[in-house]
Amino acid sequence: MAYSNKVIEHYNNPRNMGSFPKDEKEVGTGVVGAPECGDVMKLQIKVEAGRIVDAKFKTFGCGSAIASSSLATEWMKGKTLDEAEKIKNTEIVQELSLPPVKIHCSVLAEDAIKAAITDYRKKTGSNGSV
Amino acid sequence: MKLPIYMDNHSTTPMDPRVLEAMLPYFTEKFGNAASRNHSFGWEAEQAVDDARRQIATLIHADPKEIIFTSGATESDNLALKGVVEMYREKGDHMITSVTEHRAVLDTVKRLEKQGIKVTYLPVDKEGFVNPEDLNKAITDKTILISIMMANNEIGTINPVVEIGKIAKSRGVLFHCDATQGVGKIPVDVEAMGIDLMSFSAHKIYGPKGVGALYVRRKNPRVRLAPMIDGGGHERGMRSGTLPVPLIMGFGKACEICMQVMPDESKRLTQLRERLKEGILKNLDEVYLNGHSTKRLPNNMNLSFAYVEGESVLMGLKEIAVSSGSACTSATLEPSYVIRALGVGSDLAHSSIRFGLGRFNTEEEVDYVVKRVTETIQKLRAMSPLYEMAKEGVDLKTVQWASH
Ligand SMILES: Cc1ncc(COP(=O)(O)O)c(C=O)c1O
Ligand code: FES
Repeated sequence: MAYSNKVIEHYNNPRNMGSFPKDEKEVGTGVVGAPECGDVMKLQIKVEAGRIVDAKFKTFGCGSAIASSSLATEWMKGKTLDEAEKIKNTEIVQELSLPPVKIHCSVLAEDAIKAAITDYRKKTGSNGSV
Repeated sequence: MKLPIYMDNHSTTPMDPRVLEAMLPYFTEKFGNAASRNHSFGWEAEQAVDDARRQIATLIHADPKEIIFTSGATESDNLALKGVVEMYREKGDHMITSVTEHRAVLDTVKRLEKQGIKVTYLPVDKEGFVNPEDLNKAITDKTILISIMMANNEIGTINPVVEIGKIAKSRGVLFHCDATQGVGKIPVDVEAMGIDLMSFSAHKIYGPKGVGALYVRRKNPRVRLAPMIDGGGHERGMRSGTLPVPLIMGFGKACEICMQVMPDESKRLTQLRERLKEGILKNLDEVYLNGHSTKRLPNNMNLSFAYVEGESVLMGLKEIAVSSGSACTSATLEPSYVIRALGVGSDLAHSSIRFGLGRFNTEEEVDYVVKRVTETIQKLRAMSPLYEMAKEGVDLKTVQWASH
């Protein structure tokens, strides 16, 4: 399959690849997918005063999954939790020109965003809004 | 060294230039129809086809009359299975195959199942071998056909064909063997192997695409087949249609070359294969071999790289043509059924890469591939949440995954 230039660009130069220490209280972690399905995505956010100041990802999956998570970290940074929660997989599909068979990779990224936010909220016992 | 590098020779092979040369005259000045019995154009074509048939038969120790030309191994598999079942249906309604067969066999078998044929799918062991004892136990008085491949197209495992042939013979059941990956790569002898029907294809052995053959035994026993394509009664009535003489000339030449070069070529490819494996294993940990270490095709290497997904590996190796058993590369989004049949767990199927060496690969290319595979796997593992967890000592098998 031919990849879009944007997918290739993210694959070659992933943004915000890495990890934060899970236990830090300003960090929210979302892990979605399963190894048997061939895709696992970990997204982490660092939150200050209800705003995502930094984000990191690690992904086991195809190039489109890697690009989707890399793009997700870029988009989340600077957003409030409420704003970040509204990121839709369809926007990722559009930005990366993903073909139909790769839509589930973007769904995984949306799920990972939500999981990271939920984790942060659970941890801090707040809804994160200010 | 030229890029990109082609290392996907199980999928298809480039034509040997000597093959092309043998074909060319038959497109233009020697264009006759081999079935034209009443002029020199036809005689010339018929003579050429006879020569090619002999070259092909020689490679597999068959009689030239036992070679039926088809469009490729897919058609040969279809003809063998459907043709035998239709012809021998009164004798029985049971056949036996294995779970790691090529789709050309498995999908044909599925269709036959819909038509009422009962099928036993033999499992394979963790290296991909069919157990002859399992086969023996599966045969009943209703069994009319056994279809088991010679060498697997993904993991290169070479089945114990001689033993399978012996069992088939002693129990009086026909034995069809899909030898598409074996012919031209390893010695094949339909007599010594007790094979009654055998599929193979020119484009896997440096010949042209669009031509293959079905070997159909004529003696002990004489195998009969219902044709799938009716018409002018070509190929002993088993496969009608004007013969593609240029393709057949190429097929014959390709077989002749394989016959000559096989001892040296298989030694050279085995060396390249081991160089590839050792180079990669020296640089990377947690790389698993799929298949058997020695009872495999000389040109096949199939490795699973734990914690990385195959399609992302292929993307990193963009100037190298290899293939993967990962779900993400397949149209069905299912990981390779062959690798899953080994019982290694789906995660390693997603992580598998097949290297298919060929006549035109060089040591320099192998070394380049080792280097690029190493870099790519290291990069992807740094990106992999699974690798990170494993390095932290988390047992991935005990994690509760949020499956979707
Ligand atoms: C084992 C096996 N059988 C059958 C086939 C189909 O061959 P063809 O492309 O000639 O139809 C292949 C090729 O992929 C193969 O590897
Ligand atoms: S992770 Fe499998 S297709 Fe994207």
